[in-house]
Amino acid sequence: MSSSRGGNGCGGEGERQIHVLAVDDSSVDRAMIARILRSSKYRVTTVDSGKKALELLVLEPDVNMIITDYWMPEMTGYELLKRVKESSELREIPVVIMSSENVPNRINRCLEEGAEDFLLKPVRPSDVSRLCSRIR
Amino acid sequence: MFIYTTPVYRLSLALQGFLDEQFYQLEELQDESSPNFVEEVVTLFFRDSSRLMANIDQALEQCPPDFHRLDKFLHRLKGSASSIGAGKMKNECAGFREFCSEENLEGCLRSFQKVKKEHTILRQKLENYFQLLRQVVPVDKATRSGS
Repeated sequence: MSSSRGGNGCGGEGERQIHVLAVDDSSVDRAMIARILRSSKYRVTTVDSGKKALELLVLEPDVNMIITDYWMPEMTGYELLKRVKESSELREIPVVIMSSENVPNRINRCLEEGAEDFLLKPVRPSDVSRLCSRIR
Repeated sequence: MFIYTTPVYRLSLALQGFLDEQFYQLEELQDESSPNFVEEVVTLFFRDSSRLMANIDQALEQCPPDFHRLDKFLHRLKGSASSIGAGKMKNECAGFREFCSEENLEGCLRSFQKVKKEHTILRQKLENYFQLLRQVVPVDKATRSGS
């Protein structure tokens, strides 16, 4: 797990800085999404599984957005999304799903379950900018 | 402030056969706050991909091969390759996955040889690339020493 802070930008400034929890079992993709988010001045924490994401959400109540990979061992991003939306404490947190595969049924299922957005990998800074206005 | 010397630019062009536009997205994400970002991500890729390829090797040696498990490894390998812009490797992985879905062992074995070859070539080219980048001369040093 790792986290860091930044200054002004899309992710906010000072105490209003948006805290994003990024979940991905791939170390490469974790590094990528963390860098993209931090360059947009989000505060970022990364974990490598849905299970660790749920543990962290209990410990850190100030997470403003979750961005998660879809395909992960043990708990998929979809399963994590469902757990978040079923929880009275967590359901208001926007959840964005990422996937390297463009499968319309998968996308629809996630959006119907309450996902804020569905991003195709590799994720670009412009994808993150698009999320900016929704997370305030 | 650094400039790209001509040899670096030429090498960069040569890499275009192996790297797609996504690699340049990585370079765009590198700045003063994260000055070694590209090399860090590439290092993660080779660590991850080497482990995945060892897993793929084992999966292919099983009798009968576990194609479902193999596909999971391939999905991950293809994804990582795509994330760093390793276009050729990504395409070879895609071909490998096709054989895997058909449960065509011979096709899988042939594909895997291609993937391993691309992996080795890419590693060498990127090592050369980063070595050359370390030799890039800052603009102010270049003007002082050149005149």
